[in-house]
Amino acid sequence: MTTVIPFGPQHPVLPEPVSLKLEIDNDVVVGVLPSLGYVHRGLEKFIDTKDFNQTMYICERICGICSGIHGITYSRAVEKLFDIEVPERAQYLRVINSELCRIHSHLLWLGLFADGFGFESLFYECWKYREDVLDVLERFTGNRVIHSMSKVGGASRDLTKEQIDQILKTLDDLEPKVKNIEKVFVNNYTVKKRLVGLGVMSKQLAYEAGTAGPTLRGSGNAIDVRNTSDYDIYKDLGFKTAVAKEGDCYGRTKVRIDEIYEAIKLIRNAISKLPEGEIATRVKGFPTGEAIIRAEQPRGEVVYYVKGNGTKNLERLKVRTPTFANIPSLLLMLPGVKLADVPIVVLTIDPCISCTER
Amino acid sequence: MSLAKSPWIIHVNVNSCNGCDIEVVACLTPLYDAERFGVLNIGTPKQADIMVVTGSVNYKNVNVLKNIYNQIPDPKVVLAVGACASTGGIFHDCYNVVGGVDQVIPVDAYVPGCCPRPEAILDGVVAALSILENKKKGNIKGKEVKLKGKEVPSNA
Repeated sequence: MTTVIPFGPQHPVLPEPVSLKLEIDNDVVVGVLPSLGYVHRGLEKFIDTKDFNQTMYICERICGICSGIHGITYSRAVEKLFDIEVPERAQYLRVINSELCRIHSHLLWLGLFADGFGFESLFYECWKYREDVLDVLERFTGNRVIHSMSKVGGASRDLTKEQIDQILKTLDDLEPKVKNIEKVFVNNYTVKKRLVGLGVMSKQLAYEAGTAGPTLRGSGNAIDVRNTSDYDIYKDLGFKTAVAKEGDCYGRTKVRIDEIYEAIKLIRNAISKLPEGEIATRVKGFPTGEAIIRAEQPRGEVVYYVKGNGTKNLERLKVRTPTFANIPSLLLMLPGVKLADVPIVVLTIDPCISCTER
Repeated sequence: MSLAKSPWIIHVNVNSCNGCDIEVVACLTPLYDAERFGVLNIGTPKQADIMVVTGSVNYKNVNVLKNIYNQIPDPKVVLAVGACASTGGIFHDCYNVVGGVDQVIPVDAYVPGCCPRPEAILDGVVAALSILENKKKGNIKGKEVKLKGKEVPSNA
């Protein structure tokens, strides 16, 4: 006989409201039914009342953790409608902002994950290092969380010499610190006992389930939107995709740690090549036509669709966020997992519910 | 013993974009370290004194919010963190948004900002502490909020 146990919407492990109805048989999950809508605000309809420049600020508030990349992706989509070339310096600034966001998001996730399996001192350690990244972001963009660094046509803020030195110094300090926490996540006996062999998805299954980001790469698929040719200047920066073969919670953790190192390298490269010049071009007129843009967020691939009709408001904005693609994979991973391990498996897809429901 | 020396908080995310949530958690981590004041983040409403709410209210989570509020024992203080929790913020016009948290449950203190800095949130918690003391002295009880059936948006 199975028992149905509700997981969420208010749960100590998840900071966000998501509800999973778990069918339990002898402490083992046999079925999962997710229920969404607790964070639905209706932003895709809301843009009717805002012009295309103001919509950037709405898009940034889809999610507070990857807000910078949401804003940048929206700007790129509208720039495609206008068919304008963004100044090269602005593209480099966007990469620096995106990668700083990725570092802070992954450190945040590693901390919450450590808290999820009860390793509280590791949680505090990760969040302590994350504050260094936030300090840099605050100097660069003026705010800790919502950055508004990008705008349609380029960047709204420039980096000064002092800020660049500050970023490089922080990254130099950060790298050994990340090495310290990597040791615990990868080698610690207790942590490995909790993570290895839990929530396994094979390479083929992860691909067919349409997962995105570290969930996909943790199963051995080397797919990353940053490798595609039309994504800003990533192709000039020499970037290696982080992949793990395991396909379990341990593999997905390793991918995220490797991505922090890659992000640090990308920022160093971008700063060393940072060209001089303008940071924004003037945008004239109103957007027409349709455009689709893909971008790589910390949680995976995000797709923006925009349609303009020659007025100041966009006719349609559609966002497909990475967690929306990753939630179905929970239905594949959770059956067979013990009830006590459910929070860990749910956390490994790095769920961002406010992205998913908008 | 003074209740205000060691308040336990429950963090409730109703309709937030995560921005305020990560700042609330940042308050509890080493740089800002609210735990040195005895503030402890607790998962269950039955043991909490201060309810920290982030985000505006929508038609699906309105009963979740009321339910959690009713379960907190008296005296209790509600702290609305962020522009959305205070007034609905930039989302106040959205079709699925009811408005600020005070439309549904009584709110004692507000922390404005999008997102508020951790210092501001800590300041809000300190303000909530004196309200908590007063409520305890005056034996003021929170009104029980009635759960309604499924609420239908007026413009639907």
